[in-house]
Amino acid sequence: MRTLSLPAAVALIPDGASLMIGGFMGVGTPEIVVDELVRQGKRGLTVIANDTAMPAVGIGKLVRARLVKKAIVSHIGTNPETQAQMIAGEMEVDLVPQGTLIERIRAGGFGLGGILTATGLGTVVGEGKQKVAIAGKDYLVEPALRADFALVNAFMADYLGNLAYALTGRNFNPVIAMAADTVIVAADNIVPVGLISPDHVVTPAPLVDYLIAHS
Amino acid sequence: MDAQTVIAKRIALELQDGTLVNLGIGIPTRVANYVPAGIKVYFQSENGLIGTGAVPEEGMHHRLLTDAGGKPVTALPGACVFDSAMSFGLIRGGHLAMTVLGGLQVDQSGHLANWMIPGKMVPGMGGAMDLASGAKRVVIAMQHSAKGKSKVVKTCNLPLTSARPIDLLVTELAVIAFPDGRATLMETAPGVSVQQVLDASEAELVVPDNVPEMAI
Repeated sequence: MRTLSLPAAVALIPDGASLMIGGFMGVGTPEIVVDELVRQGKRGLTVIANDTAMPAVGIGKLVRARLVKKAIVSHIGTNPETQAQMIAGEMEVDLVPQGTLIERIRAGGFGLGGILTATGLGTVVGEGKQKVAIAGKDYLVEPALRADFALVNAFMADYLGNLAYALTGRNFNPVIAMAADTVIVAADNIVPVGLISPDHVVTPAPLVDYLIAHS
Repeated sequence: MDAQTVIAKRIALELQDGTLVNLGIGIPTRVANYVPAGIKVYFQSENGLIGTGAVPEEGMHHRLLTDAGGKPVTALPGACVFDSAMSFGLIRGGHLAMTVLGGLQVDQSGHLANWMIPGKMVPGMGGAMDLASGAKRVVIAMQHSAKGKSKVVKTCNLPLTSARPIDLLVTELAVIAFPDGRATLMETAPGVSVQQVLDASEAELVVPDNVPEMAI
């Protein structure tokens, strides 16, 4: 794990990168990283996340700044800007059921090729997809998802990079920390090693590549 | 009693002691206001919380304690939190006794459409497809009609949420179940006649000899 300033950490991300971003309606999104992506004007991004939040919140800011080429998300209903760009053909949106989305990410981080799920069978989600029957039950085959970068918001990080989360800020964060080539963490609190007890570490330090230092 | 209160109160009677229940946004959220006395229900928010409590008092909210709509909530004593993979494992894995969801249409074979209106509204399905496919029991809270058109239809013409039929539909007029895949009128709302329900439904309903009134 290395510690970097916010601008230096975001400078690692090239235009056109695929990003997994933590958060649920902006709750648990690394807001400072999003703001810096906007400031540095990274373009053509693919965003994999639960939702696109609201226009002025979290991932919504990337959409509003027209930095997102493609979004793989479960929900865009709270962000009219995403819907407008999708309808205008300026942004590709792949809507995925939330449980399928997180499990595809989990598969990507756990070394699996994909998952089998009944969710989406008999709906537009299942159209054109491979189906298999196991023990008499039908499932859709949904491929694993990985990304170039995971942008994680933790409640606490220790000096080694062990992470703990708080309340509903956890959501996609520990799962995406497994599924990207490079993991960048913005922590609300940076604390001495040992302050997070072994039982309370959710994301182990070896998964974290960069911890953003407080400015 | 207004329509939403009738629906929420009636669905609350379906709650079972000691079970895990997920409430969707809108009318379903109101079910939590009418938990029958003497039973303990665990409410899940799919963003990663069991033990979702009421809206916090002014100034007492926490930025990282929200419901599935991103709105501030409280956590009850005994609450626990987890990531989204665990949350949907609970939903799909047979651990969720009941989900209460809103609906755009329910048809007479029990199919649900509740996530998009092509060309008009494409919010995304969020967790609805997993909930409708994975919960042990799927209960729909829905007004019987919208803009003079019945939402209890012969066949859904909006995109389906799941191939799996729902278990129970509760509207401000009636309770409808789907034994053998046929919409069957189980109860009427106080002061509502069977004929009023039939008139308000595009679907063909099976009407048993005895249709009791909702005990709300």
